[in-house]
Amino acid sequence: MAITRDQVLHVAKLAQLGLSEEELERFSEQLSAILEAVGKIAELDLTDVEPTSHPLDLVNVFGDDVPEPSLSLEEALANAPDPEEGSFGVPAP
Amino acid sequence: MIDTLRLTAKQANDLLSDGEVSSAELHQAYLEREDDLHAYLRRIDHTGAEGVPIAFKDLISTTGVETTAGSRILGGYVPVYDATVAERCAARGLSLLGKTNMDEFAMGSSTENSGFGPTFNPWDPSRVPGGSSGGSAAAVAGGLAPWALGSDTGGSIKQPASLCGVVGLRPTYGTVSRYGIIAFASSLDQVGPITKTVADCAFLYSVIAGRDPRDTTTVDLPVPVEVPDEGDLAGLRVGVPRQLNEAEGIETGVKEAVDRAIALCDGLGAAVDTCELPLSVEYGLACYYLIAPSEASSNLARYDGVRFGLRAESDGGYFDVSERTRDQGFGDEPKRRIMLGTYALSAGYFDAFYGQAQKVRTVISREHAELFEHFDLLVSPTSPTVAFPLGAKTQDPLAMYVSDVLTIPSNMAGLPGLSIPCGLSEGLPVGLQLVGPQFSENALFRAGHALERVLEFDYVPERLR
Repeated sequence: MAITRDQVLHVAKLAQLGLSEEELERFSEQLSAILEAVGKIAELDLTDVEPTSHPLDLVNVFGDDVPEPSLSLEEALANAPDPEEGSFGVPAP
Repeated sequence: MIDTLRLTAKQANDLLSDGEVSSAELHQAYLEREDDLHAYLRRIDHTGAEGVPIAFKDLISTTGVETTAGSRILGGYVPVYDATVAERCAARGLSLLGKTNMDEFAMGSSTENSGFGPTFNPWDPSRVPGGSSGGSAAAVAGGLAPWALGSDTGGSIKQPASLCGVVGLRPTYGTVSRYGIIAFASSLDQVGPITKTVADCAFLYSVIAGRDPRDTTTVDLPVPVEVPDEGDLAGLRVGVPRQLNEAEGIETGVKEAVDRAIALCDGLGAAVDTCELPLSVEYGLACYYLIAPSEASSNLARYDGVRFGLRAESDGGYFDVSERTRDQGFGDEPKRRIMLGTYALSAGYFDAFYGQAQKVRTVISREHAELFEHFDLLVSPTSPTVAFPLGAKTQDPLAMYVSDVLTIPSNMAGLPGLSIPCGLSEGLPVGLQLVGPQFSENALFRAGHALERVLEFDYVPERLR
């Protein structure tokens, strides 16, 4: 199944990836080949099969409701490219 | 003189216990060996630990030590907390030698996708070490660490262990904490040991395994880890899945080495029989390459230049900063997988791709469960090929993806898999994959240890002996 350049552009926008012209071209081709290969799962009729989202049979795992130490403000901001007044600096949209 | 190429972690520990060397001296012996394999992204000095040295794949968070997951988007990122596995290793006195190279965000099978240049195979530096934990496997095989931790999503411990001639365990999903592990595909990622021997592997697994309240997907081990020290395979029912052993692309020399190892199982008292795993092998790779990228597209959404890592120069607003940061910071493979995953999860395609892949996953789990009614473990090659030349597959993503065709099926079902070296083909190591039911690590260790003793594989690369 082929994926068009416009579709790649749309997906790149959803994924917030600013791609160059050269990348758009190359990824259109590569993604088409990959989608064709993975598309083979459509061959199987799995109407009555339950999906698996997780390999273990765990349901509702709760912790005790007890506060534990967490990161200090300084630690939380230690890797921020633009910390401002105790906050993460974000350019206006 | 410490022979770092030959010394196992157990032997290193014995030297420490006997007072023949100190932890600092041992650590220094590894640091003094030149890293001409580029196994490490950074090496660190001894910091006062009292135990055996160890290397960590660079997606394991280590307080105060730069951790990049092999990506330029995390260049300069210094964690402010430890991963649980790092904490558990430190609690046992293990001394961190450094952080090993890897395919960016663990996406790859050759370590060529690292944002910081490739790692070279200790057996033949013109070839890849496998991946994504190629740095950890090369470090152990190349005498740069007695043992190491890697992580495995689709085969990223087992396959590089195979290509470098060392032992690697992908544990049962949920037995090792992912807290502090930089995420790729959360329903598949597992941390595990890469070692020279099966006994070392079992011991290191015992250090890191067990429930962690900070990772709610972890569970308590049903039985304690047993480090194997003797044994045969008497009474063990060994299945040889035809589709995993006759898959297209398995090299003749790989098949021959694996067949010899399977014949040895027979000699050690196991009941060996062929069996079938048709749907898991036929559809496993496709299933994986929908589920893992889908989860990755979500996990990697956090790299937008705000909280950590790279922020690209821009005069624009948030979305411009984010798009530029992600374009500059991610290499090709994460971009491809983010795009693939975003597409598979997008409106109109979700049911046909992601939804259908989740159902295939159920089919794969069932097919394996049915086999384990008749067999205790399954054997096959770990990788269809021995280590391939650098650059051989970098232009063709699909050709690279096929490297994991034999490791992926059991991974989708959350099963543990052990790779042990079982011989050479064209002078390069071949790995034997042993897969068991969930929580069957002790059985894998016993069988792996028994085979290791009769195989007598020399883990020191021939050119370095």
